[in-house]
Amino acid sequence: MNRTRLGEWGVLVLVWLGLVALFGTLADHFLSATTLTTVAGRLPGLAVIAAGMTLVIIAGGIDLSVGSVMALAGAVLGVAIVQWGWPLAAAIPVAILTGALAGLGTGLLTVGLRIPSFLVTLGSLEICRGLTYAVCDSRTLFIGAAIRPLAQPIAGLGVPVTVPVAVAVVLAAQAILSRTVFGRHLVAIGANEPAVRLAGIDTAIPRVAVFVLSGALAGLAAVFASARLGSADPNAGAGLELAAIAAVVIGGTSLSGGTGSVVGSLLGVLIIATLEAGLAQLGASEPLKRIVTGGAIIAAVAADALRRRWEGERG
Amino acid sequence: MNGHSGAVVFRAEGISKAWSTLVLDRVSLELREGEVHALMGSNGAGKSTLAAILGGLIRANAGAMTLGDLPYAPRSRAAAEGAGVVMVLQEMNLFPGMSLAENLFLDRLPNRFGVVDRASLHRRAAVTLERVGLGHLPPDTPLATLGVGQRQLVEIARALDRRCRVLILDEPTAALSARESDLLLDHVRRLVGEGVSVVYVTHRLNELPRIASRVSVLRDGRFVAEHLGGNVAPERLIEEMSGRASQQGSAAASAPTGDIVLAVAGLERGSRVRGVSLEVRAGEVVGLAGLVGAGRTELLRTIFGADPASAGSVCVGDGRARRFHSPRAAVAAGIGMLPEDRRHDGLLLGQSMRVNALLMPGSPPARGGWIDRAAERGAAEEIRTRMEVDCTSIEQPVGELSGGNQQKVVLGRWLAAGCRILLCDEPTRGVDAAAKGTIHRLIREFVNRGGGVLLASGELAELRAICDRVLVMAGGRIVAEFSRGWSDEGVTAAAFESAVPMAPSRGPTTVETAGHSS
Repeated sequence: MNRTRLGEWGVLVLVWLGLVALFGTLADHFLSATTLTTVAGRLPGLAVIAAGMTLVIIAGGIDLSVGSVMALAGAVLGVAIVQWGWPLAAAIPVAILTGALAGLGTGLLTVGLRIPSFLVTLGSLEICRGLTYAVCDSRTLFIGAAIRPLAQPIAGLGVPVTVPVAVAVVLAAQAILSRTVFGRHLVAIGANEPAVRLAGIDTAIPRVAVFVLSGALAGLAAVFASARLGSADPNAGAGLELAAIAAVVIGGTSLSGGTGSVVGSLLGVLIIATLEAGLAQLGASEPLKRIVTGGAIIAAVAADALRRRWEGERG
Repeated sequence: MNGHSGAVVFRAEGISKAWSTLVLDRVSLELREGEVHALMGSNGAGKSTLAAILGGLIRANAGAMTLGDLPYAPRSRAAAEGAGVVMVLQEMNLFPGMSLAENLFLDRLPNRFGVVDRASLHRRAAVTLERVGLGHLPPDTPLATLGVGQRQLVEIARALDRRCRVLILDEPTAALSARESDLLLDHVRRLVGEGVSVVYVTHRLNELPRIASRVSVLRDGRFVAEHLGGNVAPERLIEEMSGRASQQGSAAASAPTGDIVLAVAGLERGSRVRGVSLEVRAGEVVGLAGLVGAGRTELLRTIFGADPASAGSVCVGDGRARRFHSPRAAVAAGIGMLPEDRRHDGLLLGQSMRVNALLMPGSPPARGGWIDRAAERGAAEEIRTRMEVDCTSIEQPVGELSGGNQQKVVLGRWLAAGCRILLCDEPTRGVDAAAKGTIHRLIREFVNRGGGVLLASGELAELRAICDRVLVMAGGRIVAEFSRGWSDEGVTAAAFESAVPMAPSRGPTTVETAGHSS
């Protein structure tokens, strides 16, 4: 890992620590188990979705369908457990596979028809939401005890198993990005796809694969979300794509592709989740919370742009 | 037409311009009222640079210009237009989605409180269009429905509407058919009758007698000759454009040629590549000469599978005639390509030399998909050493390297990939002299090891330095072939598609008919 990247991560960690210190001072009970639970509930789903989103964006695309794909995978998970009586161990792979298939569709359409992924996923966002309503008959499916174990805090750790799993996924995605040929090709495609093609490298397979990966991770996020709520909600994940993109951007990934990191996105998720939890502790109203979160995104992007310009001027 | 009649409208003296090398060396130019002053020269002679300086697009490093009696030193195209000097660009900057009227008046739409006054706009546009013979077109016609020739006229109309005294036309007929060219020349003549003075950059010898009142020839950035009137013997112009001394062919190497490594038969791509057949043998560098737009880049891209061929076949020495449908297939068959625009098509500018040097199939070295980082660094260092790439380390972004070092990275990639055939498109454009020598040597070494190279270049000196044979392209076809011992005049003459019978010292081995329509 190069020095610049470590520096970026360091800055993000400092920002996060600053937020913790700020809310710790302002709110009486910020540094408590309740806050940890809140953050731990929000983090895993958003983190794995942001991990997939990071790879998609680095490869020069974008996936707006992740929220809907997550809802669809959640509905399939709920139906498998509740209506078909499948054990959790069998239902989870099916949920992930559902997400992967949705991603495969997106990828094939984007690459095959040469349509920008922004437009394809704008469409599949609606399609998957519609399919979700069809699968669960527009009602929330109560899964209950079957999935609860996943949401129970692990003794001594204070967080449910979903948190370490999400962190492991992020680290794995980062390793794929920076250590594999596939990851190298994703970065290269995002940086300059025509040049990659003229170098004799196939770009179609990596471009499809990255959407399959993003879909599969949305499926995994559905498992996390269902565990937390004990149910599969057909309206789950609405607007989640925007939160994920915000985390990716705060984490230092360029929206124009070709550069970025998954670990940075995880730190972005951590910052967003902490900000939300802290504002809630302070008793901030919903409107104020959204305004502050929005301001934080713009501030992060502006700081990044200013830093780049400054570095550019220095040569 | 008769020159030297009107008063001097414009004068440029001692104009010099350097980028990394000197492209214009103390060139002077005079323009009288109502004359067409043609600028001739080969690719890279400096014609377009001079025209761009007059038009305010770029600024000279030295020299002075006067317009009328006043000093003239435009800081921008807008400033030049304000002074009455309007340049019509080779690449047209019109908006296909807008109407003719909107294109003509885009920067000064007649309006009332911001709302466009359509009636007035269309009235004024109709008058302007009439002047260039497009009066039959309604002003609200979308530009997209017009052909290239008519668009060129719209550009000229746009220029005229700016009360222009000096009109600069940079190869206005390059993209036009014969009929369109005729019409355009008619209109230029009419404008001249109205007192407009024209600087006319062209590649076409046959246009001169019909339009020019004076012809200036540039070569390698220097003023070579001036002729009064357009009736100059083509032989003489070609001699002046290519250099008087008959330059003999390459003394580079006398590698014995081996088996055919690349055979192209009847390759077509629309109107850009028309029925091209050629052969490249092991140990041989075959040059592709021709003017800008002759189809050299298109031919290389079509062979490589970067653009789809509509007919014909490519055979890489395995006896199998086929067409490559992607660069990937061509690379798998042992072909590599140095693209014309290496910054856009060859490199990931923000990425390191290491990443760029190993951007090829089957690389970087990996086990089960995981990159072997030590082996990767080793491979990158090897390419760096072998290609003499000057960089602070293999981690330096290639965007920070000089043009020559960037090209060495791309070349090194293909040599490391073990390809047998290299397609080089302007391999040393924008490269300094030292790196140029290195690149030529590396290409020569490649063919001496049994590789074959097809190399397109607009620079005769480069072709002379490195090629064993030269093919000349015009209008998408190969119009002549010259073996060793060719002369610059012969190649220039063939490229200018003039019917000058000029035998190179040992004669062309094959000369096909140059059935070029425009």
